Amino acid sequence: MASFLLRRLLTAIPTLLVIATLAFTLLHLTPGGPFDSDKVLVPQIQHAIEARFHLDEPVWRQYLRYLADLARGDFGPSFQYRNTSVNELIAQGLPVDAAIGASAMLIALLVGGGTGLLAASRPGSWRDQLPMSLAMLGISVPVFVTAPLLILLFAMRLHWLPAGDWVAGSWRHLLLPSLALALPYTAYIARIVRAAALDALGQPWIRTARAKGLPTHTIVLRHALRPTLVPLVSFLGPALAGVLTGSIVIEQVFGLPGIGRFFVTGALNRDYTLVTGITVLYGALIIGLNLLVDLCYAWLDPRVRNRT
Amino acid sequence: MTSAADPLLQLRGLSVRYASAGREVRAVDHIDLDLAVHECLGVVGESGSGKTQLLLALLGLCSSAARLAGSIRYRGEELLGAPPARLQALRGRRIAMVFQEPMSALNPYLTVGTQLTEGARRHLQLGRRAARARAAELLATVQIDAPAERLRQHPHELSGGMRQRVMIAMALMCDPEILLLDEPTTALDVTVQAQVLELLHAVRARTGAAILFVTHDLGALASLADRVAVMYAGRLVEQASAPALYTSPRHPYTAGLLRSLPRLDLPVPARLPAIPGQPPDLAELGAGCAFAPRCPLVHDRCASSPPLRALPEARSVACHFEGTAAQIAGAWA
Repeated sequence: MASFLLRRLLTAIPTLLVIATLAFTLLHLTPGGPFDSDKVLVPQIQHAIEARFHLDEPVWRQYLRYLADLARGDFGPSFQYRNTSVNELIAQGLPVDAAIGASAMLIALLVGGGTGLLAASRPGSWRDQLPMSLAMLGISVPVFVTAPLLILLFAMRLHWLPAGDWVAGSWRHLLLPSLALALPYTAYIARIVRAAALDALGQPWIRTARAKGLPTHTIVLRHALRPTLVPLVSFLGPALAGVLTGSIVIEQVFGLPGIGRFFVTGALNRDYTLVTGITVLYGALIIGLNLLVDLCYAWLDPRVRNRT
Repeated sequence: MTSAADPLLQLRGLSVRYASAGREVRAVDHIDLDLAVHECLGVVGESGSGKTQLLLALLGLCSSAARLAGSIRYRGEELLGAPPARLQALRGRRIAMVFQEPMSALNPYLTVGTQLTEGARRHLQLGRRAARARAAELLATVQIDAPAERLRQHPHELSGGMRQRVMIAMALMCDPEILLLDEPTTALDVTVQAQVLELLHAVRARTGAAILFVTHDLGALASLADRVAVMYAGRLVEQASAPALYTSPRHPYTAGLLRSLPRLDLPVPARLPAIPGQPPDLAELGAGCAFAPRCPLVHDRCASSPPLRALPEARSVACHFEGTAAQIAGAWA
């Protein structure tokens, strides 16, 4: 197990290197630079700014400098937000996204998982068909439609919850964006859990368990739960990475200070360090969560355990 | 209600029907069978002849789409329509089943020990330690070495033969009165088949459990069964003591099956004889004898379904042809 972990962590390094290099190259290939603007700057000032951010150096030297900083965990100073490092920006924005993402996932797991199990308990009945049609709707309707609808209902009409803004630690400010973000994930999870549970309950070993005279709850919990969790876990890994690093749509609609916003404005302003920083962070999260997913597989399925 | 004269298991007019695409499929069609205490009854039939459905019906484990009719009595107690809790109490405790595919019938996520002990822990209220001791003892009985170690392993770490031995040990955990064996040797290679059959002999001698052994392989039954019942298209076509059935089959289908067995005591033919044609589609059965399209003795009267006729020596056959075994054998030659 330890050697497996070590191997996986070591292979993560070249992957991250590729991600960092691609992000760097693509950004530098994009026309325009961080300090281009309509007003013409005095050449000395232009030169001073570029020297400060090492933009006057050859690209290969900028690349090496960037990698060296990255190796120390330093994403560099932001070009756009003066006197602020990318690390500080991420430290500001990430907790907001993580809070919303985590609570959205929790909602999605509880509601989606429960609905999926309910649907699987009576396949073909209304208990199956109604939630599954709703789930299809939840998958198809985009967040930029559902989020304003939620605001309209719960904030404008009912005045139960604030329409936006962010107060750290306030669950009332957390709830609406979490709900909006949770909707499509709830729908996905409901469908995944339903399919996985039906598959697990249809396995021949479930019949063996019934032939032993075991009660239904033992059969479900001991014999069907683990195989049901396997597809769910593989969905959750990448989904969590996406949800924790913020959704630009949710941030825009609810006016939240998350990192999704930094990412988009950074890309528009050619804020090289900010964009590469967030990209590498996202890549690292994906790699980390996929490793976690594989560990979960090994924990769930003994056949995987033997291979690792 | 229970009396000493009651057979251990008594099936009367047992039918298992499925509605499939608007048509009715009779997987099991009006079967009458008795299983006596300590008896080993073999049920033979081709794939799709309803054998497995018959066993599942006994445990109340047919899919929810199945419609069951008739009567299943265990020591005089009607099991068809019995409360689920009652069936649950009997399953694994009094009537245990060994499934066909030991790979898929064992849960790959759980250790052999967990799967072996869970039934006994529930039915016999054994503690963990006692249940594992019993499991280890039974693994030794089914000739698995290093039982204590095997208990900690998972099914994928065992060979096919070992998995089937584990299945058999699992069925024996609660000392059941009836063992249902669903093609226990089919998924195994030939040498392992022979070992498992030998093991079943030993199990029978040791536990005295009655055995209902379902297979498509008449050869596998020959040494083990006291009595053999032959199924075709969901119906019982012949029933006799094993020696009588093997030496003088009275149904053309049984005779055809026996003829297609490889024999060690006769010169090897260039090709093994086979029964021509295919088993019928159970949804397309007409009013006549289901075997008629493949039968060498087919006659006009076969347009009506033959009833099960009692013959001397406690045997019965469902065929209009009333000739001797020699005449039937002659028709195949």
